[in-house]
Amino acid sequence: MNNLLVANSVSKSFGDFKALNNVSIEVEKGSIFGLLGPNGAGKTTLIRIVNQITMPDSGEILLDGSPLKPHNIRDIGYLPEERGLYKTMKVGEQAIYLAQLKGLSKQEAKDRLKYWFDKLEIGDWWNKKIQELSKGQAQKIQFIVTVLHRPKLLIFDEPFSGFDPINATLIKDEILQLRDEGATVIFSTHRMESVEELCDHIALIHKSNKVLDGKLTDVKRQFKTNTFEVGLQSETPEVVTQLIKEQFEVFPATFKNLSDDIKMNIKLPANTSPNDLLSFLTSKAEIHHFVEVIPSANDIFIQTVKNN
Amino acid sequence: MNHLPLIIKREYLNKVRNKSFIVMTFLSPMIMIALIAVVAYLSQMNNDTKRTISILDETGLVGDSFESSEYTTYTIINNMPIEGAKELVKAKNDFGLLYIKKSSDTLKLVETINFYSDESPSLSIISGMERKIEKRLSDVKLQNEGVDIAQILAAKTRVNIAQETFEGEKTSKVDSYLKLAFGGAAGYLLFMFIIIYGNMIMRSVIEEKTSRIIEIIISSVKPIQLMMGKIIGTSLAGVTQFIIWIILGGVLLYVVSAIFGIDVMQMQTPQKVLINQAMANSDAQNMAQELITGFLNLPILNLCVAFLFFFIGGYLLYSSLYAAIGAAVDNETDTQQFMMPIIMPLVLAVYVGVFTVIEDPHGTVSTVFSFIPFTSPVVMLMRIPFGVPIWQQLLSFALLVCTFVFTVWFAAKIYRVGILMYGKKPTYKELFKWLKY
Repeated sequence: MNNLLVANSVSKSFGDFKALNNVSIEVEKGSIFGLLGPNGAGKTTLIRIVNQITMPDSGEILLDGSPLKPHNIRDIGYLPEERGLYKTMKVGEQAIYLAQLKGLSKQEAKDRLKYWFDKLEIGDWWNKKIQELSKGQAQKIQFIVTVLHRPKLLIFDEPFSGFDPINATLIKDEILQLRDEGATVIFSTHRMESVEELCDHIALIHKSNKVLDGKLTDVKRQFKTNTFEVGLQSETPEVVTQLIKEQFEVFPATFKNLSDDIKMNIKLPANTSPNDLLSFLTSKAEIHHFVEVIPSANDIFIQTVKNN
Repeated sequence: MNHLPLIIKREYLNKVRNKSFIVMTFLSPMIMIALIAVVAYLSQMNNDTKRTISILDETGLVGDSFESSEYTTYTIINNMPIEGAKELVKAKNDFGLLYIKKSSDTLKLVETINFYSDESPSLSIISGMERKIEKRLSDVKLQNEGVDIAQILAAKTRVNIAQETFEGEKTSKVDSYLKLAFGGAAGYLLFMFIIIYGNMIMRSVIEEKTSRIIEIIISSVKPIQLMMGKIIGTSLAGVTQFIIWIILGGVLLYVVSAIFGIDVMQMQTPQKVLINQAMANSDAQNMAQELITGFLNLPILNLCVAFLFFFIGGYLLYSSLYAAIGAAVDNETDTQQFMMPIIMPLVLAVYVGVFTVIEDPHGTVSTVFSFIPFTSPVVMLMRIPFGVPIWQQLLSFALLVCTFVFTVWFAAKIYRVGILMYGKKPTYKELFKWLKY
């Protein structure tokens, strides 16, 4: 059993509106799973079902191989997108309360909070009220509360919103460290650069259906277009360009290099290997730059959503 | 996992530590007592006004039946035409002039009595004078008929019907007033409690929504647990506040009346007047005794038990609805449209209680309303001091419990869906749809 969380054809409707339609996902233990999709696609509904906030109409969720039970809330840490804290409660008191709701004893909660407060250097906030903190500061508290009970499964919905780059990096490193310590992470965001950085596996939900699923590298392979970024130097650039255009499909390219004689993206037909292109080019000009174009998560997202 | 005690504790501490709650707890009784003191003081001042009333009695029959008292002095004017008397009274700056015109016939006399004054006199002044004149004129008429007044006085009989139920329980008019007071107080207390703390629950639910903490909480706790925790925690805070109010109010009342020497208990409140009239025939000692026996005659045990049960039942019934409203909306201004259906039955219950229970505690209207779950807590509490058969109480309570279970289920449904809905104000139709989510 290598999957921590499995969703089997989960469906959920709100009145006439179908929020999820037969969605299945498998989240491998110790991985970071990116749950992507446009606004209103159904991501939050799926996350709420995993958190047992909403009950699915059909389908089942397995955690560690067995169906979700009420006691499983201890195994999950959830940082919702719409999040806040009691404004008039003191930071420490509130954190202890929320930890107790997750099943920690008061003393355990205190000890662990002390560790985290020292780690993030916020020890002096203990007796402040939430309303005295900035948004980013409150977010830090929410992050700590989410991970405090050391859940097997962490669910972060837009965890970096409201953080400056320094704190965003800090939180990102904490997430990676938690993953290394054995936690499994479901990560929902619209920031594709963090998906690239963090996710091992992605699933894309669009209009209540799962439209894409797989390891990030596999998905990228699936979306690659056999296109190569090429930079050449030649005495006669016009002639060389003309020759290449006669042979291949060519698109303009922008990348940084020292000379800028010829820059182009060359798309190869399905049966042609990059070696063929290379040998074709070596006879025509000096090759300074030759890179395969890898689709970004952003491109994959936009392309998938547009095509569906 | 049962988090209920944890949630109750947080809600309770959060309410009790809240600054405005503390201020209200200690300020309200002071304001109330200050108001009572001011009213008492003012009404005493009012009574303190000394006035002089002149009497021009052309018949010479009634003049001497007016005896001056502490606050009112009567002066008799003799042998003066009415116009002159008016001028004189005005000049003396007296309060008014009572004029009894000469009439040949004693029977006609009653139609020719006038009172002249700058300001129109209060009802009590006029009726006081009327009573004196009436008595004197009746005596005069009786004498004219040759009846001896002394004989009449001797023959005067006082009757006080002793009331007793078939079971042998003694009751009296005093009892009735006591029952009314107890029932009314219980019903009204419940009404106030629901309005004050129901609103508090509602605000606390809205606060959780607007601060966006709700989703974090319900990923650990079942919504119904959170709702019940809120209701119970807030109610305990409410009970605390009520107890402090009662203690503080009692102490302050005692202190204030000691300091200012105002005997607040002697104020002529309407209830007092009622009781005084009922007591008109019995002397003070008798009255105290009757009060005590009346109190002992109340079904005290029944009253206490029923108060506890109906209070809790009624309160939970309404507060779960308040919680549902809080969950359905985003801010307090949106609550108006949903408040009406809650307030209406409550107000109705109080009106039914005040008007029909006094009239006839076991009449059809009060009986029916003491069974309808939304009005039964208030109306039944008002009826119980008058003795309600146990089967009626049990039936009414059973109905209340059934409805309570239903409303809590209903409220929990709305609550569960509503707390995660932001942005738009739901219609009743949408609320109904939420039940099926």
